[in-house]
Amino acid sequence: MQDLDLGIGDGADAVVNYVLDHFTPALDGIATGIGFVTDGIRDGLTGLPLPVAVIAIALLALWRVGWKFALFAIAALLLIGGMGLWERMMETLSLVLAATLIAIALGVPLGIAMARSNAVQMVARPALDLMQTMPAFVYLIPAAMFFGLGAVPGTIATVIFAMPPVVRLTNLGIRQVHAEFIEAGLAFGCTPTQLLLKVQIPNALPSIMAGINQTIMLSLSMVVIASMIGAGGLGNTVLTGIQRLDVGTGFEGGLAVVVLAVLLDRITQSFGQAGHGFRFRQLFAGRG
Amino acid sequence: MEPETPTRPGDDAPPPVKIALRNVFKVFGDQPDDAIRMVREGRTKDEIHAETGCTVGVNDASFDIHAGEIFVIMGLSGSGKSTLLRLINRLIEPSAGAILVEGQDITRMSKRELIELRRRDMSMVFQSFALLPNRTVLDNAAFGLEVAGVAEAERHAKAMAALRGVGLDAYAQSRPDQLSGGMKQRVGLARALASEPTVLLMDEAFSALDPLIRTEMQDELLRLQSEQSRTIIFVSHDLDEAMRIGDRIAIMQHGVVVQVGTPDEIVTKPANDYVRSFFRNVDVSQVFRAGDIARETQVTLIERRGMAIPAALERMRRHDRDFAIVVGRDKKYHGMVSAESLSRAARSGEADPYHRAFLADVQPIDAADTLSDVMGRVAQSPHPVPVVDAERRYVGSISKSALLMSLDRSGN
Repeated sequence: MQDLDLGIGDGADAVVNYVLDHFTPALDGIATGIGFVTDGIRDGLTGLPLPVAVIAIALLALWRVGWKFALFAIAALLLIGGMGLWERMMETLSLVLAATLIAIALGVPLGIAMARSNAVQMVARPALDLMQTMPAFVYLIPAAMFFGLGAVPGTIATVIFAMPPVVRLTNLGIRQVHAEFIEAGLAFGCTPTQLLLKVQIPNALPSIMAGINQTIMLSLSMVVIASMIGAGGLGNTVLTGIQRLDVGTGFEGGLAVVVLAVLLDRITQSFGQAGHGFRFRQLFAGRG
Repeated sequence: MEPETPTRPGDDAPPPVKIALRNVFKVFGDQPDDAIRMVREGRTKDEIHAETGCTVGVNDASFDIHAGEIFVIMGLSGSGKSTLLRLINRLIEPSAGAILVEGQDITRMSKRELIELRRRDMSMVFQSFALLPNRTVLDNAAFGLEVAGVAEAERHAKAMAALRGVGLDAYAQSRPDQLSGGMKQRVGLARALASEPTVLLMDEAFSALDPLIRTEMQDELLRLQSEQSRTIIFVSHDLDEAMRIGDRIAIMQHGVVVQVGTPDEIVTKPANDYVRSFFRNVDVSQVFRAGDIARETQVTLIERRGMAIPAALERMRRHDRDFAIVVGRDKKYHGMVSAESLSRAARSGEADPYHRAFLADVQPIDAADTLSDVMGRVAQSPHPVPVVDAERRYVGSISKSALLMSLDRSGN
């Protein structure tokens, strides 16, 4: 058995080489598109002066969560600034936001398609399992080969790793909308599109928001790993700590990641909760 | 020859047929055609299920529903009445047969035509209300008009008028979860009426409500019907409700419509034992709970420091009551006093006169007890019996005459 080789690894190699040989223009196109999103967000965020950014995030925390959390946010952000990691934190945040935006743009429609068709669900499910369980490092190799080093392959690897929750929870949320709501929608003459926009999505919104929250948290964990292919940000600090066996540097980088995670988690969670989320949901329902 | 004085058409002639069902079947399962063939051969539901794995939901239903009547479909749960209702707007697709709405067979309609029919002619009220929680009451009421593409100003005006019709215009900007069950179903009714349909389908619409609210809603429906006559098809498992609001009743058993007739016909000439069994099972004392008939007609005295006994006695005299209920400021039940016991306690001059005046033999009744549970105690008690809720808050009291009246009213 030890010498047996089914050649699966060779196959994967061949596929990657084939794609590289034949689809380079398409890959460049994708890279340009994603680069536009990531660069735009990064330039915008890193361009913000520290006091402005701290006040903006504190106001968001105040609006969504409460004054205690706003105080925590201010202290946490000043701590990161004090460790000299402000710019790297902003880079990481911009990568997370870019990856999350792309994951939502792809994942929500896919989740809706899964909810409406059992066939799509049957195909998509194992693909999602694969995306989630394949060790995150494995994505880095082809991503780097296709798109070179830097923020773009980092974003793409992050999107692949972080997208499954938003897809799954969109699917689940829509499938779990109470049967009587569906009946009511149909009985009053909804077309399938109206049913989706006016009944299913508004009622699945808490679940979809939970999925987006999970996607953001997974993005954050992947963005750190993606620094190995030059994505930049706090991952670089952690990586430097590992390479130099420098506990202090590694710990500072790790602490900054944790603080960012807490901020992102609490703020995004608040959008899915009924009590706070009302105005937000109204915003969505009004457009439907 | 002089023509006879013309009589008004329709005086004696039956009203026009609005909806006609002709040999309608619904079979759940993979082989509906085989199952329908077996039904026609006279095989039983169980045999068909064993052989094909199919369940016969509605078995060869044929009857007419007249324009402007309230037509009640009645049966036990699982008899297929809700399925039959949903065949009429094709929320469930019929397996065979024709359903004619003003002569047009809706089973042959395209999806587009069906959507138009649902928007224009038919609407529905649901047992568990099915109000969309992310919308205001007004936007819920306007839902049917919204999906039909009516402009916002117009649909809000119409929805507001419908809400006014059920007395809820003041709650237009509330959320459904801020309303009580009865109010929610009024919104459900307003939503169904806002598009001014000619046919209203109501699926156990009042079954989730308390008995008293249910009666109130039935009256509301009859009032709305008297103002603007629609064809209402009302599914219910409650004979009392069917008799109260139905112009005609269809009774279903195991998917078969066993009898269609006016309430009188059903009572006087029941088609079989199943139909007859509905009357036997109407036991009001099992349905009503003590809290439903308790009334706050007794004088209540709020126990607090420095509460003067003479003032309490004066209030009882003024209301012409021999008994009074003593409650705390939180409405918690403390005890019951009589005018006699209270004045005796006052004369004794002790502290805490109320507690000395409490009648020893009074035990309050739990509001959740059924009337049959409490009947004996109310009958034997020399005074009205107080009723308390789960937190021991005073709800009201039941007198002998109130008990007899409620048993009598619901018994007919």
